[in-house]
Amino acid sequence: MSESPILWEETVQPAASWSHVLKRGTSLRLIDVEGGANAGALFYNFECTAERYNMPDTLKAQHIARLTKGFVLYSDMGRVLCSITGDTVGWHDPIGGCSSAALVRAKYGEARYQEHRNRCYRNGHDSFLVELGKWGLGPRDLAANVNFFSRLDTAADGAITFHGGNSAAGASIELRAEMNVLAVLNTCPHPLDPSPTYDPKPVHLEIRRVAAPGPDDPCRVSRPENGRGFTLTERYFL
Amino acid sequence: MSLVPSSLDPAKAVYRHVIPAGEPWIHEVRGGQFFRIVDLHGNQAVDTLFYNAHDYSDRYSAQDTIRAQANLYLTTGTKLMSTNGTVLLTIVADTCGRHDTLGGACANESNMVRYAIEKRFMHACRSSFLKAVIEWDHGMTKRDIASNINFFMNVPVTPEGGLTFEDGISEPGKYVEMRADTDVLALISNCPQLNNPCNAYDPTPVEVLIWDGSAL
Repeated sequence: MSESPILWEETVQPAASWSHVLKRGTSLRLIDVEGGANAGALFYNFECTAERYNMPDTLKAQHIARLTKGFVLYSDMGRVLCSITGDTVGWHDPIGGCSSAALVRAKYGEARYQEHRNRCYRNGHDSFLVELGKWGLGPRDLAANVNFFSRLDTAADGAITFHGGNSAAGASIELRAEMNVLAVLNTCPHPLDPSPTYDPKPVHLEIRRVAAPGPDDPCRVSRPENGRGFTLTERYFL
Repeated sequence: MSLVPSSLDPAKAVYRHVIPAGEPWIHEVRGGQFFRIVDLHGNQAVDTLFYNAHDYSDRYSAQDTIRAQANLYLTTGTKLMSTNGTVLLTIVADTCGRHDTLGGACANESNMVRYAIEKRFMHACRSSFLKAVIEWDHGMTKRDIASNINFFMNVPVTPEGGLTFEDGISEPGKYVEMRADTDVLALISNCPQLNNPCNAYDPTPVEVLIWDGSAL
């Protein structure tokens, strides 16, 4: 992971939202402060938000059903939005999606702001919509999301189960922005987390300036597909 | 994997249409109607999206569908969920046994990444999707082209987190049938992919049929 000076850092509180335009040539490190965090994330090309993170293109280009160091996040236009340049976890979930108000109510009951103030129960779907709304985006822009720090196990028949204890306190993942990327995050619990109590965790963020990927960049050379993905991304800026 | 046939008689369908390889198809299916897709020649990828007919922003969601049933593969009993938690359709019969919703649809750009940059010219599903929604003329754009279903495709996930594209398990005449739980807009791209063996390098026609609920 990059050790260049931190430009700025902040903590996303439990079940809170965050968004920022990550400039090309900067990195975003997410740190699971307490262990057991979940960071739901969506990514867009800030210059044309119709171009956005595409789950199937990311998975099939790299023949993966998990995210970790050496892989990249593809847009629907064949370009690399972010590369995963560091990861101490080994598995981040690209499949499980986000929770909804109905799911949270059914699992945990209701905790309104009126009684619980900022410890009220929030859900991933509504959190994404509110944060997207700040950028003029809406329900039509709600794509399949990533869940950093979470993992699902898959059985031979396709059954999926939440893999507890995937991420320990201090675990981190680093994303290098390859474009000017609108990143939208929230720290609501993973929708398949079986915990009977609503217990979202904070995620600490660090932004750094980082070097552009060279010809032997590990994400570029990890697969021939990624070599072409980086070429198409670099052409966009010519 | 259990195979569940349907008792519906194709002669009593209120709508029948053969979609040639590489063509899109867009059509409303009303709540209570039955909607069947027939893999006429076997192992044809049928890239499919559904929308709530009364609100196109409430659309099929691969992640919500997977999460709701805690299973990656679609078959009889699967409820096809929308982003707002609406049950759009339920799969009520399936003689293939398993369908994919992780592999997405091919595009000019993803073909450039996956195969070669000079593949850009080749016809692709997401171009068919765009052509169909433009001609539908209800204001839909690329923002409305979300992650889709690939009927008749076999894309297993390994325990180690790999995604594999296996030989098809479909055959000529296999079909999948859904009951619409609400009024939906169905959008299909009958996949033109020539760069991988999903269609045995030979995209073929499929048939769609619709029955009124009274036909049951």
